[in-house]
Amino acid sequence: MTAAPNILPKSGDPGFAAYLQQKAQWIRLSTIEIHQAARETRVASSLSICEILAALYYGRVLNFDPKKSLWEGRDRFVVSKGHGSISMYPVLADLGFFDKSELKKICTEGSILGGIPDPIVPGFETINGSLGHGVGVGVGMALALKRAMKKEQVFVLAGDGEMHEGAVWEAIMFAGHHKLDNYNLIIDKNTKCMLNIANQVINLDPLDRKLSDFGFHVEKVNGHDAGAVHSTLSNLKVLHSNRPKAIICDTLKGKGVPKLENTPHCHIVALTNEEIADAIARLKK
Amino acid sequence: MTATAAPSPLKKTMRDAFIEEVLKAMDAGENIFFLSADFGAPALDQVRERHPNKFINVGIAEQNLINVATGLALEGITVYAYAIAPFITMRCYEQIRVNVAILSQLRPMNINLVGVGAGFSYEVSGPTHHCLEDISIMRTLPNFEVISPADFITAGQLFKYTLGNKSPKYLRFDAKPMPMVHESIGADDLKCGFKEMSRGGKTCLVSTGVLTHRALEVKKHFESKGQEIGIIDMIKLKGFDSDKILTLLKRYEKVITLEEGFIGKGGLDAAMASLILESGAPLKMRAMGLKDQYHFHMATRESLHKKNNLDVESIAKEAI
Repeated sequence: MTAAPNILPKSGDPGFAAYLQQKAQWIRLSTIEIHQAARETRVASSLSICEILAALYYGRVLNFDPKKSLWEGRDRFVVSKGHGSISMYPVLADLGFFDKSELKKICTEGSILGGIPDPIVPGFETINGSLGHGVGVGVGMALALKRAMKKEQVFVLAGDGEMHEGAVWEAIMFAGHHKLDNYNLIIDKNTKCMLNIANQVINLDPLDRKLSDFGFHVEKVNGHDAGAVHSTLSNLKVLHSNRPKAIICDTLKGKGVPKLENTPHCHIVALTNEEIADAIARLKK
Repeated sequence: MTATAAPSPLKKTMRDAFIEEVLKAMDAGENIFFLSADFGAPALDQVRERHPNKFINVGIAEQNLINVATGLALEGITVYAYAIAPFITMRCYEQIRVNVAILSQLRPMNINLVGVGAGFSYEVSGPTHHCLEDISIMRTLPNFEVISPADFITAGQLFKYTLGNKSPKYLRFDAKPMPMVHESIGADDLKCGFKEMSRGGKTCLVSTGVLTHRALEVKKHFESKGQEIGIIDMIKLKGFDSDKILTLLKRYEKVITLEEGFIGKGGLDAAMASLILESGAPLKMRAMGLKDQYHFHMATRESLHKKNNLDVESIAKEAI
């Protein structure tokens, strides 16, 4: 595996955004390397969230302790879009949630790392192989934390495709009604489901207005600008407006791999050896 | 002249007996949340009034009921999720499977699904409210206990058990006020998951829920003829002590299972059949329960039972 870049500037430093972008690029590269080891993995939808993960983990939006993954003082990060989240693996391994040697074993007999992550992997909170669940389970966590007057917050990463599930909107209604301002919904709006453009399957737009009508404070950001994602998430975390918060990240499914970027049904596409070599070469430039 | 009327046998709902215990524990400061999918009970009013921060009506939204319950339970809270039985099991089965059954294997949770309306409890509300599939589909989930009390005494005692056992459980309550069948139920009964109510004769009725009342009627029928019959009330339909019950069953020649649910598909009958088969015991078994169809025409519960051979006469005929 390619080693993670090692510089550690602090938030607010002039080079911080560039640092996060560099981290995001490394996550993207590592994700493709993981896909190289296990072609069953959903690589395209894992590539759209690299900047979001860089901001959350390397930008320290989340409080976490890699040695104690269920530490009580952690912010709860629920990866609802379970299919496209193998890019979490290199991040968690790099931060020390589990040993880096595990990465090589992905999808092999006895490995904890599956094609779709489960909480048998330290750093994952819930089961998300079936879509649309994390949004609601995260709401329950936020309710528990709020009623106990704890300062930890809940961050849920959802894909736009899974917002077709009705239970997602039951949860959104609930969060708005109960004014769960410790609940942060990050939407990876990569615009694609399995078979087609999400909005051509069932139109979700205007998503920002829908969420705001349900009682959310909503922000929109370019999901591939790691600095912008980071500053928006950081601001949301300290915002207590008596409303749950949503950040819609406009992203590209398959970001960084031209073949995936240009294929509407890239969700289940497995890359060939040549395509992987080409993608790695581009990302290393 | 003073005449003292004979006291009418006390009838009470399982949910009231259970929720009264929930309230006591909440008053005592236990870390409990009670969630309802817009479904009430007389005893619930006080929970709502005295613990407004810990009573949550999620609305008519069973999927979210389970998801919110999961989130709370992951934070270490003991959760009671409450709704009409067919809806809290089948409307949100996917959420139960993924977020409770699967997840609890990795992250232990104390989630208690309290379903009211077992079997034909809501007889006039039609097939959507007849709850006949829940036993088998809930029994198929790993990590779950399936609990089906026969009276309010058992239901009340069950609360302590649910609080003390950190695992997912489905409690199947009848909706109707019913008299007690047990003078008392102890921790040992709940641990082994059944209570022997009668011993003797060549046949043992293994019943659950409302049909334990019917089993007692069958016993009376035989007693009037000077005959005996065994009865075991199954409190747990999954998670009971199989060795212990097998020892009791081996005294008999025949076992008849009685359940207000579909038979031949994984219910109480399947639990007993696989037990008997694996043991190699020379026991005959007959499953009695609901036929493979829904019921649209209005009928009393008694009449629905009769149509499905769950009346005293039909059961007695099988028991001979």
